[in-house]
Amino acid sequence: MSLRDGPFGDIRVPLTWSAAAALVIAVIIAAALLLSRQRDPMKTGAYDVARHAVDAVAGPVGGVLAAPVRWAGSGVDYVGDYFLAVSENRRLKTELAQARALHDQLAAETLENARLRAVLGVSTDPPLPHVDAQTVSDAQGPFADTRLANAGAAQGVTEGNPVLSEHGLVGRIVGVTNNVSRVLLLTDPASRTPVILVRTNGRAILSGDGGDSPKLDYVRSALPMRSGDRVLTSGDGGVFPRGLPIGAVVRGPDGVWRVALDSDSAPIDYVQILLFTDFAQIADQKALEPKDLPTAMTEEPSQSIVAPVARAATPGAPAAAAKSPRAPAASAAPATAAAHRQARAKAAASAKAEAAKAAAITEAAPEPAHRPSAHDPAAIARAAREKAAADATAALNAQADAIVSRSVKRPKKSAETAARTHAAHAAPAAPAAPAAPSPDSQDVPL
Amino acid sequence: MTAGAFGAARSMNPVVWLGAPAAMAVIGTVVLATPIKVFGLLLPQPVIPLALAFAWALIRPSVLPPFALLALGLFLDVFWGGPQGLWPLCLLTAYAATLSIRRLITGHGFAALWAWYAAASACAFFAGYLLTILASGAAPSLASTAWAYGWTLLLFPFAHRLIERYADADVRFR
Repeated sequence: MSLRDGPFGDIRVPLTWSAAAALVIAVIIAAALLLSRQRDPMKTGAYDVARHAVDAVAGPVGGVLAAPVRWAGSGVDYVGDYFLAVSENRRLKTELAQARALHDQLAAETLENARLRAVLGVSTDPPLPHVDAQTVSDAQGPFADTRLANAGAAQGVTEGNPVLSEHGLVGRIVGVTNNVSRVLLLTDPASRTPVILVRTNGRAILSGDGGDSPKLDYVRSALPMRSGDRVLTSGDGGVFPRGLPIGAVVRGPDGVWRVALDSDSAPIDYVQILLFTDFAQIADQKALEPKDLPTAMTEEPSQSIVAPVARAATPGAPAAAAKSPRAPAASAAPATAAAHRQARAKAAASAKAEAAKAAAITEAAPEPAHRPSAHDPAAIARAAREKAAADATAALNAQADAIVSRSVKRPKKSAETAARTHAAHAAPAAPAAPAAPSPDSQDVPL
Repeated sequence: MTAGAFGAARSMNPVVWLGAPAAMAVIGTVVLATPIKVFGLLLPQPVIPLALAFAWALIRPSVLPPFALLALGLFLDVFWGGPQGLWPLCLLTAYAATLSIRRLITGHGFAALWAWYAAASACAFFAGYLLTILASGAAPSLASTAWAYGWTLLLFPFAHRLIERYADADVRFR
């Protein structure tokens, strides 16, 4: 028995209620989806699987659909050019006259700009790698303004990459599949772009609202804005490189300052996706890496003889030290070695004098004609004299070392090491070496 | 009316009155998303499923249209790149508004139904306007909203044809 044949056949309310119940369930699902997944273009990964799948399918489909429509549009434009030739010719003549004046002005300013850049040492912005793509789908409504471009992760596109047309900035990438990426246009209500006003050097935030001309919010400028002021990306926040053209300031019918987008002057069919993610890729990372610095020789200031020697005996040393980064080590090493050499020279002179005395003592004895014998009293006496002379020489050498130890107040080995270090380091630093006086002229404080 | 004809009228195939129009709406949306300018103007982008939301509510109450509209709305979200759940709520708002006054407007003429369609669409766009403010923190352009709304109103003949074709197909809802 069907429902209509039974006693409830004429009741329509349950069906309406069931439809209403289904409606409530669907609304709850939709609201849960909306609340659970707010769209955040700047958040990496804010793109679900379904959206990736639709983008991947819609890209090729849109490309196939767009091709014949594009051909038809080209045909319409081709025919339309004949009807608009006269008026367009007049307009182009006017523009040409204006362009010539601007060209002359541009040439002069280019020369001036080049000179100023040379003076200031300012380099131009480094070129960024980019990918050329074609837009294959366009969603321009009051609540979302996005496009699909037929280049994706396979071409190196990542989320956040700026997108340019031949006239200016279009938007940025907010979703990437293998061969298709979604472009969030500047006009999308979720789009926020930091911009700079060229004439006033003011800053503002370009906020899309679904209309053709996005608004300028949070304007901070010392000078008042005027219609026609050029607007570029400011680079603040690191989302876009600085200086990408956006458009010109206009006052909207609602009295709000807006920007007439340069990219609106022609169809956005071919775009350029800059493979820019942040400013770190612009900088020369190798140049920023820390380099190995030469080993610094440090000494206890209270024990060092370097500074007093350099101050007292080498007036040119500070200048030499200022010239070379190795000057502290190079000036310390020669002073230490010079003191050592001077002490050794003094000790050697004393030893020579003592040796001369010993030789004078031994001159009275005759030279042995043969190997001394244990029973030869003369040989025994000569051996005793030679031993005494050797002992005297050793004692004098020890005294000389003691003098050196007192003057340098560090092990002899360290002084010799410092001398070798000086020889190795001071060789390239040629100007410092001739400036140092000879060791004989130095006064070593003991 | 014979029993056979009566039975055929009662067994309305959901694929015919739900599936086929939904597929046409999807195809129309994809085609109109072609990024070209003709005489300097972009192609219009009306919200085609809104016509279905109005027509389905008038044809007959059923548990299927809300879920079909949910699916269509999710398609619009992923295809247009809007906040997820925005267009399902907009479409269901129009459907709910129409379903709530179904008895009142059933049987009206073409112009009157167009006016009711305009009212239902206005509810949907108003919901979308508010939800966009909540989701994005920015008020959409009124001009742009009005532009899309105007193009959507022009779809009423499509909705009216659906109503004329299927409203009397099930005798229980005459």
